[in-house]
Amino acid sequence: MSDTATRAPAPAPLPAKDGRSPMPLTGLIRWETALVGLLVATLVWASSESATFLNTTTFFYIGLNMGEIAIMALPLMLIVMTGEIDLSVASMLGLSGSVLGYLFQSGWSIYPAIVAALLVGAAGGALNGFLVTRLSLPSIAVTIGTLTLFRGLAEVILGTSTVGGYPLSLVKVGVEPIPHTHLSYSIGIFIVLAVVCGVVLHLTPLGRSIVAVGLQSETAHFSGIRVNRIKFGLYVLSGVVSAFAGILFTLKNSSARYDAGTGLELTVVAIVLFGGVSIFGGRGTVLGVVLAVAIVGCVNQSLTQLNEDPQVQKIVAGVLLLVSVILPNSRVALQRIRARTRRRTG
Amino acid sequence: MSTAVESPPPVVEAPVRRAEALLRARELGIVVAIVVVFVLTTLHNHAFAKSGSLQQLLTGASIIALLAVGETLVIITRNVDLSVGSVVGLSAYLVGDLFVKHPGMPVILGFVVGTGIGLGIGLVNGLITTVTRVPSLVVTLAALYIVRGIDALIVHGRRIDPISVPKSYSVVGYKAILGVPWIAIIVTLIVVAVGYAMRSFRSSRELYAIGSNPEAATLAGIPAGRRVVTAFAISGALAGLSGALFLAEYATVDATAGNGYELSVIAAVVVGGVAIFGGSGTVIGAALGALLLNTINQALVASRISAFWDQAIAGGLLLGTIAFDRWLSLRIARSLRSAEGARRDV
Amino acid sequence: MTEPDHEAPPALLLEKASKSFGAVHALIDGSITLYPGEAHALLGENGAGKSTLVKILAGVHHPDGGRLLVGDRRVSFSGPAAARDAGVSIIYQEPTLFPDLSVAENIFVGRHPLTSGRRIDRAEMRRQTTAVFRQLGVQLDPDRPARGLSVADQQIVEIAKALSFNANVIVMDEPTAALATVEVERLFEVMRALREQGAAVMFISHRLEEVFESCQRVTIMRDGRFVKTSAIEKLTIDDVIRSMVGRDLDALFPKTQTTRGDELLEVEHLSSEGVFSDISFSVRQGEIVGLAGLVGAGRSEVARAIFGIDRRTSGTVTVGGKQLPNGSPLAAMAAGVGFVPEDRRQQGLVMDLSIDHNVALASLRRLRRLGLIRRSSERNLANAWAEKLQLTFGRMKNAVSTLSGGNQQKVVLAKWLARRPSVLIIDEPTRGIDIGTKAEVHRILDELVSDGVAVLMISSELPEVLGMADRVLVLREGRLVSELSRAEADEASIMRAATGQLQGSPA
Repeated sequence: MSDTATRAPAPAPLPAKDGRSPMPLTGLIRWETALVGLLVATLVWASSESATFLNTTTFFYIGLNMGEIAIMALPLMLIVMTGEIDLSVASMLGLSGSVLGYLFQSGWSIYPAIVAALLVGAAGGALNGFLVTRLSLPSIAVTIGTLTLFRGLAEVILGTSTVGGYPLSLVKVGVEPIPHTHLSYSIGIFIVLAVVCGVVLHLTPLGRSIVAVGLQSETAHFSGIRVNRIKFGLYVLSGVVSAFAGILFTLKNSSARYDAGTGLELTVVAIVLFGGVSIFGGRGTVLGVVLAVAIVGCVNQSLTQLNEDPQVQKIVAGVLLLVSVILPNSRVALQRIRARTRRRTG
Repeated sequence: MSTAVESPPPVVEAPVRRAEALLRARELGIVVAIVVVFVLTTLHNHAFAKSGSLQQLLTGASIIALLAVGETLVIITRNVDLSVGSVVGLSAYLVGDLFVKHPGMPVILGFVVGTGIGLGIGLVNGLITTVTRVPSLVVTLAALYIVRGIDALIVHGRRIDPISVPKSYSVVGYKAILGVPWIAIIVTLIVVAVGYAMRSFRSSRELYAIGSNPEAATLAGIPAGRRVVTAFAISGALAGLSGALFLAEYATVDATAGNGYELSVIAAVVVGGVAIFGGSGTVIGAALGALLLNTINQALVASRISAFWDQAIAGGLLLGTIAFDRWLSLRIARSLRSAEGARRDV
Repeated sequence: MTEPDHEAPPALLLEKASKSFGAVHALIDGSITLYPGEAHALLGENGAGKSTLVKILAGVHHPDGGRLLVGDRRVSFSGPAAARDAGVSIIYQEPTLFPDLSVAENIFVGRHPLTSGRRIDRAEMRRQTTAVFRQLGVQLDPDRPARGLSVADQQIVEIAKALSFNANVIVMDEPTAALATVEVERLFEVMRALREQGAAVMFISHRLEEVFESCQRVTIMRDGRFVKTSAIEKLTIDDVIRSMVGRDLDALFPKTQTTRGDELLEVEHLSSEGVFSDISFSVRQGEIVGLAGLVGAGRSEVARAIFGIDRRTSGTVTVGGKQLPNGSPLAAMAAGVGFVPEDRRQQGLVMDLSIDHNVALASLRRLRRLGLIRRSSERNLANAWAEKLQLTFGRMKNAVSTLSGGNQQKVVLAKWLARRPSVLIIDEPTRGIDIGTKAEVHRILDELVSDGVAVLMISSELPEVLGMADRVLVLREGRLVSELSRAEADEASIMRAATGQLQGSPA
């Protein structure tokens, strides 16, 4: 029947749970190589479809559109690496924007309001972290709960009103490129954060600990790694970063709304998974996530330029996600099907 | 062999039975919660107990309850189906479109077609999950996007209007016999039938076994692949049927129909006592979970608490439920352990 | 006792079975013949191909070559269900129960008794379960969920399952590995009952004493090949070991006399509510203290509480004069404590990580410079310890899951020795590893105490405790009931204390 049923010590070279290379950073970086190929293919296709695709404005818009999603993808990626998930990121984006808008409307000056929004992010992340680590609740259920809770609180705070009128200097941050570059501020921040995440995840004891927690948290605990503290910290980080994304989102649109970014959580999850991070934890690279952001950004932008129905973006995203996980597994799947038919006929 | 075995020692039985009783009390607990919310709200606002309002309670919960039935089957096998919301949207529109194009079509055909569409998508989800061993969270997340995208392409900005839906069809959505809406009767019948089947048939008990210990299930010779595909197919079919019911209930369908349902459904399932990591839970509990969440929604409206609080309270409730579940299972584990201890001391 | 009937046709015959996984030849010549009414031991070091052979009998693996006869029919199992239907039942080392299902359902899953209308007949299922339990002479509530059953009870459920199939061949893969002596006795009684009913029982164990106690014939394998089958009375333990290893072994328990130093680990009034209470003892430099007791007596729990995996309710743990905070493995490590846990796969190793990453896992902070892990230091560390412990491996980059059990245990040891601990707690140092590596692990422990490390060793194998420990502490039901010097300790005195047949036990 199946070969997952074989318990170790069978020396069979079993594939990793989701079929990806068990050691992403050793030997050939397989999935990331494929993503680079895919990115190049996307660029070639996009520029052949539209002569105007390969210019700096395009890349500014890609950055502008993807910025907040990309930023939220980084802490989420680290959380997925530990084997947990955070579905509340987009709601936190909305809540933080609402807090910012509400306080600003009530006469706070903008910077204290931003700090307050970030603190709300930290508190929300701490709530997730507390429920997941202290009460040992499944993170998927917890964060579906806080997804609803945060969005609900945003609604309570702001109702259906929208708040605008932020200082021009800050709105600029939302809609203009970083001086002398063609990068939106959000994507610039993403790049900096990605480098930091990459170094932390792949080169430091903390990163190694995250991998160990994701692969086998009990062993990690027995090796003196503070599993709960790491998870709690990552949830707080995710809350703060999502709140930060909410501030950028608000500035970009020059308005705060309670429903900002509704439904984005699954987009962020999709990007993380498309980037090669295993949903079971322990496997994945920051480079993969960065490439996934780039590919999805280019595809969406080029579809927009081609005046395709925006919904086509969804289909493409879904297909990409599916292909990205099926391809590495297809060899194993084919073998299994073949073995099965052989056994039936033989 | 020893002869002292003949009479079972009473010490073992009591705590174990109590633990079991606690488990069984789950459905009862939800019913009590529904009644409490209902009574409290009625005391506050007498209109809440009026029959129209009661009908609204049942009608409003019906679609999520039906989706929760299918989702429960999938979650019991340690999988998840995130595509249900998109399937509702696609099925609702396609069935509506069928009525637009063939106004004379027999009403029953609408339900059959809707179910068939869902069945097809569910089969694909199940096959991809079992053949490629890609985690179902990823597969159905991709399906969520792809199906929603296809839906939007087909809809293409149009919508189904009540005028196109035959009276004899939409009657299902609003007519009631003896004060119980048709739609609720249909859903209740399905819930009871599936609930009975889940208790009484080998193949359905095998779903529990698969979710409880997948490796052991394969070793026990359970055709796990086939069972999981069946669970997804049923979930898909019920989602398709829900789409057809959606059309009957709202008679207006655009590209956003069923948007975001997946998370509400999972919330209902979790509140209904189904373990998110598989192996335990009942269909009836899940359906009652949907009813409880809807009752609270409506109660908030009736209590003239600002509707803005709606989501926040739903989220808080979900978190409270899973935390309570955790506490309960810890208590059960403790009582089982002490039963063990008692037996050892004998 | 019924003697196996060799005139009768064999219940099962496997001949020249082979199985490869890619380039790895897991089994080259798997041959075994089981007669009705016999208990037959299958022996061999880890990696000898025993597990592969069992999985072929189980229908999990499909052999590449060879033939398999059950009764007098040649069979080819398409899957576990086919093997089961042919009357071959497998009881795995780790029981494979469904925690959410009731005990009765666990026994009957997939073949529940049905009423007319193909519905499950629960009353009948309960009745049959009770009948099987009575046949086995055990008391278990058929309606309780399997979650929370002890390992021994889980195995009983597995055996009941096999019985309810009317299996005539029952294969037990290391069933005693996780059992305490009393439970092992009960299992052997059950095995005897099975044989009396005419079943053939095949039994895999690393505990040779048990094999000699309970089996009539043995088959020995080495390097994926059949070596020989023989009646047990024609063999001595030494013969068996020679055939398994292919060479003579040095004395199993090297024991150098060491000089005791200061008390390094002091445990005072340690309690954990409902698990153990008021445990006080100390371990000196250069001393191995054995912690003995039945499974469930709380030995591993005491070790976990000392290291800080579990929180203690009261009491103190002092290492080198410094009191450890509650529930902090990190603090214990900083104080110089190392902990080789009971379950190497779940607790000792990250199975999918490479050998060097695993060795470095407890030393990450020491390997960093400017906050980053120095890869060269990490590799050097791993290489040095691999050499020191004579680790057999392909490449450092290979996942530890590719190693044999014994080599995996060496990696766990390397991980902790790399920290140069002054106190080493080691739980079941040689569980499930082959005899050759066992001796090496014992030698490593001996060297450690010679270097002045204080060792607290938990073991279910009495010969190991007696051979290695300078002092033996005996736990019973969460209490320290006896402390025996090396001179006082023998199997009888430890078992008396562990089972509570002790006169004048300390209050």
